[in-house]
Amino acid sequence: MATMKRTLVMLVEDKPGVLNRVTSMIRRRNFNIDSITVGHSVTPGLSRMVISVDGATTAVEQVRKQLDKIIEVVKITDISEENIISRELALIKVESTPDTRAEIVRIATDVYRANVVDFTPESIIIEISGDEDKVNSLIDLLRGFGVIELARTGRIAITRGKLGPLPKTGEEQPKRPKQKKPKHQNN
Amino acid sequence: MTTKLKGAQILCQSLINEGVETIFGFPGGAVLPLYDTLPQYPQLRHILVRHEQAAAHAADAYARVTGKVGVCFATSGPGATNLVTGIANAHLDSVPMVAITGQVARPFIGKDAFQEIDITGITVPITKHSYAVRKAEELGTIIKEAFYIANTGRPGPVLIDIPKDVFDEEANFKYPDTIDLAGYEPTTHGHPLQIKKAAKLINEAKRPVIITGRGIIISKAYSELKELAEKAQIPITYTLLGIGGFPESHVLSFGMLGMHGMAYANLAIDSADLVIAIGMRFDDRATANVSRFATQAQIIHIDIDPAEIGKNLKITVPIVGDCKNVLTELNKLVESQPRVKWIKEIEQLRHDHPSHTIRETEDLIPQYVIRQIYEITKGNATIVTGVGQHQMWSAQHYVYDKPNSLVSSGGLGTMGFELPAGMGAKVGIPNEIVWTIAGDGGFQMTIQELATIVQENIGLKIAIMNNGYLGMVRQWQELFYQRRYVATPLAGPDFLKIADAYGIPAIRVEHKIDVIPAIQKAMDTDGPFLIDFRIEPEENVYPMVAPGASLAEILEEPSKDEASLAGK
Ligand SMILES: Cc1ncc(C[n+]2csc(CCOP(=O)(O)OP(=O)(O)O)c2C)c(N)n1
Ligand SMILES: [Mg+2]
Repeated sequence: MATMKRTLVMLVEDKPGVLNRVTSMIRRRNFNIDSITVGHSVTPGLSRMVISVDGATTAVEQVRKQLDKIIEVVKITDISEENIISRELALIKVESTPDTRAEIVRIATDVYRANVVDFTPESIIIEISGDEDKVNSLIDLLRGFGVIELARTGRIAITRGKLGPLPKTGEEQPKRPKQKKPKHQNN
Repeated sequence: MTTKLKGAQILCQSLINEGVETIFGFPGGAVLPLYDTLPQYPQLRHILVRHEQAAAHAADAYARVTGKVGVCFATSGPGATNLVTGIANAHLDSVPMVAITGQVARPFIGKDAFQEIDITGITVPITKHSYAVRKAEELGTIIKEAFYIANTGRPGPVLIDIPKDVFDEEANFKYPDTIDLAGYEPTTHGHPLQIKKAAKLINEAKRPVIITGRGIIISKAYSELKELAEKAQIPITYTLLGIGGFPESHVLSFGMLGMHGMAYANLAIDSADLVIAIGMRFDDRATANVSRFATQAQIIHIDIDPAEIGKNLKITVPIVGDCKNVLTELNKLVESQPRVKWIKEIEQLRHDHPSHTIRETEDLIPQYVIRQIYEITKGNATIVTGVGQHQMWSAQHYVYDKPNSLVSSGGLGTMGFELPAGMGAKVGIPNEIVWTIAGDGGFQMTIQELATIVQENIGLKIAIMNNGYLGMVRQWQELFYQRRYVATPLAGPDFLKIADAYGIPAIRVEHKIDVIPAIQKAMDTDGPFLIDFRIEPEENVYPMVAPGASLAEILEEPSKDEASLAGK
């Protein structure tokens, strides 16, 4: 079955052990994830997780439903088919010599609009943010010079437009246009 | 009104508020303050088991027969880990349970203190939810939530881990009236549009079959199921745990399906054009080879757990909701029709493949023993089993007309379930007849509970199907490993001497003519009674679907000649 990159956004209660429950479920159901990010959400007491996975639609839907069973998971949405903005941040430490330095800086800043954040006689650290393809392609280019160390955050994502993940209290949430089926009736 | 209480008192008071009457447990250092508090609450009956696994199984069976949440206590460390099998068993069979474990005192947590174990971590994959309590003041809310989570939606076990010093900590106590769980809201009512689609499929089907599971029993949808079947004339088959959801001697009942199901049930499913699956989860023991399951059929799947939909099988019309609610709505739209042709067709299957008949023989065969237990109890007993051949014979040859009359370990298949579960069931329904049908192997895994039964005077009747083997494994060795019986013969012990040592009256039965008097004697004796049935050692369970085969490729009992040709 064809697989594609999918993005699940979760709002979870900020309680001890939640991350363990989430990763335990993913492992137990034999599911491979590309990345998982966790941070505060706009609502106090709730954290926001973004899980990037590579999988067939039905398999991802199965994992979405299994994760939804975790009591602390307040909301989980597969936003892959919505209009989303996704970003990743990477810090790349590259070997440099007086001969290569100018070329590395040119590629990073002119071509990729990345920032040079550290400079030593033998190395340069470049900071880049963007979608995964952009980050990957810069890393590929820099490999030729020798990448010493790489730190990546994994993907964070958000949907375009006014819609939030949770209805505000007392406010009627408009229907998500691109979700085809009602939440609990998916096959 | 708010009062100041100690943590242990808050716990007991909260359990009483939740209607708890019985607790199965075993004490230890971390729960000493809790046990010290118990005498203040005589409404709570504590049953001292002899191993914590038994506490969990007893609470599990108690929950299955009463519909209430089963409760068990264990101390930290080894007490908690001993519960693990029992919690997993409840998890896989969707049984509501609250397990309360002691933990080392807060200052010691994370220091690998004596008997410290991360039980909430260990049980993450086998609990519906768990709590690590940090303050006595949280206890009321946590217990309220735990009981609610355990027994709503798809039921399951919830574990509450309480540090020793929290039991002694004082806090204001007011039992909460409401629950605030943003992330937990089971869907109980089916989507009307989906129900409409399902009704249309049912009304148009020529050869429909209903398959039910434990969901019918959990939601008590007995009459709604009957109405659907009778109105639309749809035959019913059920999974092992679906037994007792529909009267077995009803003309529309086609018995259990699956690996050891009735041949006619499996064949009916194979020729069905519509399968209506209700409160079941397409376990591989029920579907056999799932890629060749009901290949001609469209499938309607009704279940309260959305994650079960489409997990093993592609579903034509999914409906998420409580079985009782969904069936009530569905029945309004389903047309009554006779379906004479289809019923005639499958009646013919039943006639041609009489899987439930017991062969005439002079030997003491287990099928006969189980049928006699049915005859003598007139079908009024609740049957509890272990796991193995005796479990399958119990499913096949007792006639389950009484609702919810079989308690068996389905998903986990836990040997050793029989005795503690029988005990828990009898405690839950003390005025009813409870028989445990045990394997000689499984019985020895939790045999120590005979002491609990005597100490608490639990009137459980025990029938050991003693074949001198780990029979089910031996059967596989016979059929698939050229009869190499490695590590399956069991030597002894003398169960009568064991029963005697514990103080339980017992008899041994070696001949067919002694079966009826023995069962009668057990029934006439007050309190517990044990019968050691020395059954045919190499008797096999039939019908059988071999691993990898489809339901239709079911093997029926070979005739005597075939069996002797095969070198038996
Ligand atoms: C705890 C546990 N260990 C191992 C098994 C594997 N197993 C399944 S059936 C069986 C044999 C059971 O023997 P017995 O209790 O005598 O029942 P019988 O099949 O002979 O009726 C075994 C070993 C199991 N189900 N549970
Ligand atoms: Mg045996």
